[in-house]
Amino acid sequence: MKAAIVLFPGSNREGDAARALRQAGADTSIVWHDDPDLPDRTDLVVLPGGFSYGDYLRCGAIAGRAKVMDAVRAHAARGGYVLGICNGFQILCESGLLPGVLMRNRDLRFVCKRQFLRVERNDTVFTRAYARHQAIDVAIAHGEGNYEAHDETIRALEDQGRIAFRYCDAEGIVGGDANPNGSTHDIAGIYSEKFNVLGMMPHPENLIDPLVGGIDGRGLFESLVAA
Amino acid sequence: MKARVTVTLKTGVLDPQGKAIEGALHSLGIEGVASVRQGKVFDIEVEGSDPEAAKVALAAASEKLLANTVVENYRVEIL
Repeated sequence: MKAAIVLFPGSNREGDAARALRQAGADTSIVWHDDPDLPDRTDLVVLPGGFSYGDYLRCGAIAGRAKVMDAVRAHAARGGYVLGICNGFQILCESGLLPGVLMRNRDLRFVCKRQFLRVERNDTVFTRAYARHQAIDVAIAHGEGNYEAHDETIRALEDQGRIAFRYCDAEGIVGGDANPNGSTHDIAGIYSEKFNVLGMMPHPENLIDPLVGGIDGRGLFESLVAA
Repeated sequence: MKARVTVTLKTGVLDPQGKAIEGALHSLGIEGVASVRQGKVFDIEVEGSDPEAAKVALAAASEKLLANTVVENYRVEIL
């Protein structure tokens, strides 16, 4: 598994993403946002978390139009895997690779805490190491994670089984107080139509080491490397 | 030639920032504020002198970057 992690001005989770991928057995390289091409034989592109371009205009808006994103779109169109985490999810929405938009959190607060997610399905390249409806303990750190889209888009995502993760409590009960940001249908992550692109607000890459209190994030990277 | 692009949230889109501003205005004792929606204004200096061409270019700019048309409307004015 060759993974290319795209670095935008203001990205800050690229090291965490690289560490999680290497731990799972992937080769990683860093690609600068102004590069027109991805490294040869890239299997997976990762758009890491952070604050690309200082969140100017809208979160992910300027990064979504960076030169490298044409190569990322072509990679995705060929069926290549793309993972966008946090700001990376915002960039995927702004670049048109995923539908919808991440709006300000319902209560206007930047939320930085541990968060449980329910794995909606475990038959995708991103989630095979998990059980269906497993509640995984990861982390969130965002001010704009409130997923919104047209009603027909939400319906299509639901009907096509494209919700990857929903916010839940430790028992796997979705929604209510477990929803940290007001996200529609408690959506924490979604897939593209071909299930080769995943965008998610939470940070699985931060829960891969017992030293920080949990390893539930490992499954996502292990799933990808086994793909 | 000066132009202005105004970007506003579509009706029905939750605007927590507008709500917070609305609350602050109420707490300042400013009367008669029923609701607030926050938007963005871009003042743009356009080269050339053809207002119709500028409108077309700025509509493209709005569609491609300045507005996220999933949740935002935009208006182009030549000033």
